[in-house]
Order: sequence, then C-alpha cells, then structure tokens
Amino acid sequence: MREHTVASFDQDLEQIDRLIHEMADLAGSMVAASIRALLHTDAAAAQRIVSEDAVMDAKQRELDDRAITLIAKRQPMAQDLRAVLGAIRMAGDLERIGDLAKNVAKRVGAIGEGATPRGLSHGIDDMATLVNAQIGGVIAAYTGRKPDELDRLRAEDEKIDLKYTSVFRELLTYMMEDPRNITACTHLLFCAKNLERIGDHVTNIAENAYYVLTGAQLPANRPKLDETATTVLAE
Amino acid sequence: MNIMTEQKLEQAVGASMTAKTNEVIKMQGRKVGVFYGEKQALFDVELDIRQNQVTALIGPSGCGKSTFLRCLNRMNDTIDSARVTGKITLDGEDVYDPKIDVVELRARVGMVFQKPNPFPKSIYENVAYGPKIHGLARTKADLDAIVQSSLQKAALWNEVKDRVHEPGTGLSGGQQQRLCIARAIAVAPEVILMDEPCSALDPIATAKVEELIDELKQNYTIVIVTHSMQQAARVSQRTAMFHLGYLVEEGATDKMFTNPDDKRTQDYITGRFG
Repeated sequence: MREHTVASFDQDLEQIDRLIHEMADLAGSMVAASIRALLHTDAAAAQRIVSEDAVMDAKQRELDDRAITLIAKRQPMAQDLRAVLGAIRMAGDLERIGDLAKNVAKRVGAIGEGATPRGLSHGIDDMATLVNAQIGGVIAAYTGRKPDELDRLRAEDEKIDLKYTSVFRELLTYMMEDPRNITACTHLLFCAKNLERIGDHVTNIAENAYYVLTGAQLPANRPKLDETATTVLAE
Repeated sequence: MNIMTEQKLEQAVGASMTAKTNEVIKMQGRKVGVFYGEKQALFDVELDIRQNQVTALIGPSGCGKSTFLRCLNRMNDTIDSARVTGKITLDGEDVYDPKIDVVELRARVGMVFQKPNPFPKSIYENVAYGPKIHGLARTKADLDAIVQSSLQKAALWNEVKDRVHEPGTGLSGGQQQRLCIARAIAVAPEVILMDEPCSALDPIATAKVEELIDELKQNYTIVIVTHSMQQAARVSQRTAMFHLGYLVEEGATDKMFTNPDDKRTQDYITGRFG
C-alpha cells in the first residue's frame, strides 16, 4: 500500500500495528506457558503468567490511547479507519485471551502437587496445541493480508469445539470412576472451557481482521460444535 | 408465531440498510465533456443527481469537480473559450437546449460560491433583488414575506431581524455566507449548487452552514463541491469522486468513506495521493 502524504500518519498506524503484534505474541506465549505450567504443576511458571497479564493490560491501554489520539488527530478514512477500529477490537480479544490464560495459571496451585494424572490432562494438551496454532495462524494471515486464509481459520475453530466436547466427556467419566478425581477434574474442566473460550476470541480476531482487510463482514453463521451444553452421561 | 428463517432475516436486514426512500433523478449528466479552448477539462461524465439528497463532489484540485458543478446551471457559458459537450438534463429537460432561458435556469438551479459575495447593499436588498427581477412578489408585503422566510430558512433571521436595512457586507463571514444562501433560496430554486461554501469560514460558521444544508435538503436538491473529506462525509448522501477530468466513482457516501471500490478514491480520502 502506498504511503500517506503525511509520513507521521504512517508511523502512528505502524505503532498501533506493532502493539497488536506484541499483544498477539504475548497471548500465544501465555497460553502455551499456562498449559505447560498446568501439566507440570509448575507454580513458579504460573506466577510468571499472572504477572505477564499485567503487561498485556498495559499494552492494551497504550493501544487504546494511541488509537483515540490517532482518530482525533487524523480523522482516518476507509482502510485506515477500519484498521484503527479493528485494532481496538482485536486488542480487546487479545486482552481477554491473556485473562483466560492467567485463569488457567491460577488453577495450578489449586489442583496441587502430583494430583494431575497424565491421562486426565492429555486431551487438554491437544486442545492447547490447536488453540496456539489458531492464534499464530490468524495473526500470520492478518500480517500477510490473506483474507481467504482468515475465513478458513475461522471455520477451523470447530476442531477446538469438538476437542472440548470430547475432553468434557472424558473428565466426567474420570469423575464417575473415582470421586477423588473430582477436584482436579473440575479445575481441568474450567481450563478446557478457558481454552474453548480463547478459541472463540481468536475467531473474533479473524472476523475483525477480515473486515479490516476487505471492508466486508464474514457471514454471521459459522459451524458451532461445542455440544457440552446438552451433554449428559448415560447412567 | 411467525419465525423468520435466518436467511430471510438477513435479507430483511440487508434490505432495510439499502432501502431507497427517494430515488427521483433531478438532474442527469450524460457523456459530459468540457473544453477550455483546446484543452479538455472533463471527459464523459455520467452522473445522476438525486432529488432531495445532497451530492458531494470530491477530488484533488484541478480534477474537474467545479467545472462539472458549473455545467449544471451553465455558469461555464460566462467563459468565452469554454465548450460543453454531452447532455445535462433538469427534470428530463436539456439545459443546453437553445430554447432554454438561462436566467430562468439559474433561478431554478441556484449557486452559492466559495467566498461569500453579498451585493454592496442592505441585507434586505440582497435577498429581495432576485424575487424582484423575477417578478415573484407583487406587493411590498409579498416581498417582505419572501425576505423573512428566506432568511429564516437560511437560519439567519434571528441574528439580523433588527437590522435588515444595514449593509450585508457588515455581517461576519459565516453570516454573509448564510445571506448568500438566503439570496439563492429567495427565488425558490429547485437545485442549489455550492462551490466550497465553507472554505472561508471558521468551524462554528461551518457547522451552522452544514446544519443548514441538512435542513435544506428536505426542500431542495443540493450539489456541493468540497475539499473537506469530513464535510463530504457529514453532509452528503451520495459522493462522486473526480480525478484528472474523469468521474472515478460515485456511490452512497457511507460506503465511499468506509470501503470505496476504486484505488484512487481510497488513496485520496485516506491522504495517500501523490
């Protein structure tokens, strides 16, 4: 894209773009680290994630300030306007992803030493891998200006939903088998739910990024395969 | 109970967003070209001006937007070397038809200029001049009524009602511009052309004129040339983008300023032009 006649306008937009990338990188690393901390019961790592969330919040505030100032100073139009509003909304989703990762990290202490049997958490590990691939993919497609890729990635969220449904069933089964699993499994269930929510935020980001790049909205409907709201286990 | 399918719902929402309440074409340009001597300034412009809507003409300096505006009431006739080709109609009537009375045409298609240019006469005389020469008022009372209602429509009456016999040139720039608008309104035009009407005004006077444009569109069809993108976005329903004498793109203002189709429009409105 050609440059603005006023060069500092480009710099202002670049600063906002840089913050989105930093927030996305941070969100990705927080999600990966929180699941690692969960699976290895690493309290120190969990603590680090909690403090990283403060960094995330600060970046969001900085982005908000810059976006507001840019709108006031430059009155952006067309793709510039979409980029600024899109950035504000994407930053909101990234900040929420940070919160959810922090929530996973906080549960590390509650589950406790040695109480996370490998078998219980295997599905969560898989979910985290899917979620992280989504975050990376969406940001790469946005940076590379590939709207079709964003459309495809948005649909990919269904894989996370499917995985979540299966983790949900699995954890219910463990709880029925042995009531001593209930504490750990309940916490793991929340962690799985958090990952599923993160997937939804990434979907929002994909939709916003698509709008920024094309000026068109993706169709409102997307397949939803999270069936846990209606899942029961047979007696 | 009637339950809409999602598809139907989407159609309904889509329709309400694009619904046209008023789509009467007031003026129409077909293959309009303008030459100044040998030099062609405008090429094959095809543009519809919709009734009771504000159409903004935008584009960089020298793009032909003012030239096109001036074709609509044959202001280019005043320039000896200017020659207009193609066809421009007002309610389907060719405005360049030799049988057309140009004075009458300009009463129907009034104009407000960039710099407020009141006559060096009283406020009253400025507004009363047009109706007088066009024979729109038979009695003094008629004329008084026209002057008052024109000043009221131009949102100037309250500020000048106690001094209508003072010189128009004694008003502030913003008031002078509204006086010129009142003068244009006084002859009961159907279309008002505005050539950068706010470029010489401060932001408060600009806001007043913009508010006025918004009110005037209920009774008049307005075409405005402006260099302020924000102003075009604020006051108009349709926007036409000119570049190097060509009409690049024309469309609903909401779309033109959020997601224009043409690269040149995009570059121009976002401040990326040459």
